[in-house]
Amino acid sequence: MAASYKKLILNGIFSENPVFRLALSLCPAVAVTTSVRNGFLMGVAVLCVMTMVNITVSILRNLINPKVRIPAYILIIATYVSITEMMMRAYSRTAYKQMGLYIQLIVVFAIIISRAELFASRNKVLPSAADGFGMGLGFLGALVLVGAVRELIGKGSIAGFHITASSPLLIMVLPTGGFFVIGLLMGLFNWIDQRYYGGRPGGGGGGHH
Amino acid sequence: MFKDLFTIFIASAIINNFVFTRYLGLCIFFGVSKKMETALGMSMTFTAVMVISAALSWLVYNLVMLPLHIEFLKIVLFIGIVAGFVQFADTLLKKLNPTLYYKLGIYLVLITTNCIILAVPLLNTDNNYNFLQSITLGLGSGAGFSLALIIMASIRERLELANIPKPFQGMPIAFIVTGLIALAFLGFSGMITI
Repeated sequence: MAASYKKLILNGIFSENPVFRLALSLCPAVAVTTSVRNGFLMGVAVLCVMTMVNITVSILRNLINPKVRIPAYILIIATYVSITEMMMRAYSRTAYKQMGLYIQLIVVFAIIISRAELFASRNKVLPSAADGFGMGLGFLGALVLVGAVRELIGKGSIAGFHITASSPLLIMVLPTGGFFVIGLLMGLFNWIDQRYYGGRPGGGGGGHH
Repeated sequence: MFKDLFTIFIASAIINNFVFTRYLGLCIFFGVSKKMETALGMSMTFTAVMVISAALSWLVYNLVMLPLHIEFLKIVLFIGIVAGFVQFADTLLKKLNPTLYYKLGIYLVLITTNCIILAVPLLNTDNNYNFLQSITLGLGSGAGFSLALIIMASIRERLELANIPKPFQGMPIAFIVTGLIALAFLGFSGMITI
């Protein structure tokens, strides 16, 4: 059993990485990742919400009438997002000011509702928790990676520690830089996939919701 | 008064364009910008839903939630309002105007869980806008989103014919193109501050 949990978690981190492979929930991936710290905070918020939603949906899966399942899932997600938002407002004012809007918008993340629908509603509690945790970790990892690239090139630092004397390319921390970094990283992932694993071209999800 | 509304409109449509400077609604933006026809249908539906949901949520927030002191439920209630309204419009359109329904119905379903539609009411409450200002923000955001979709759709129709390196086909090149448009929109920043 332990091996399959490991597989579930690794699935979320690599083969079905929410940002680079499934191309889901892109808005926050570009919006908050101007630095490693912001990306990390956002990732942790999503990780918590996602694990809790998967657990709750899995516990309630036999009680929810299939006809009203989508509104029910949205209510569950909205509840956990409200809790996360209030916690963040209480404990971390400065971060909340920067990314409060995006924290509230976790509620419409396609990745959370699609995992609840595709996985948690059909599986037992523990595998669902593992799936949510793995997907959340994959999301966290992607946000930290994008944040690190943008902070390093844009401000010449990583996680607040200065590495170069000046800011090499300020444009990377501006809105437009986020699009470039994600596009280039996605291309890189596709290239690795095609070169070493024989993946299809035109990957990166196909841009569905 | 009109100057104020005009400022909000221009600011939300161009300077703080949702797609290019706030990164919201990217899922739909990349999803429906492959063809000009779908992009146009989406922009019209989107703008209409945005204005009406901004108005509805302002009414509910100020007439129900503030008197009852349940502001903390705003995420749950706003998403309920949007989803309920979209469902209502869907049913109404199917009965009243089936031709229009077959043209736009598919977009209505997509709209329910979209970040911009939810972001507009949230921004309205954060900024304490009055009723007219809220509607203007909805209208301006809709216009900005339509502008973004139309620009992107016309570029992507050309991209289909371009010779793009294999790993960059599809989403990656769309991202890089968006980055370039965002760079152009950066020129507007600082023109008006709200």
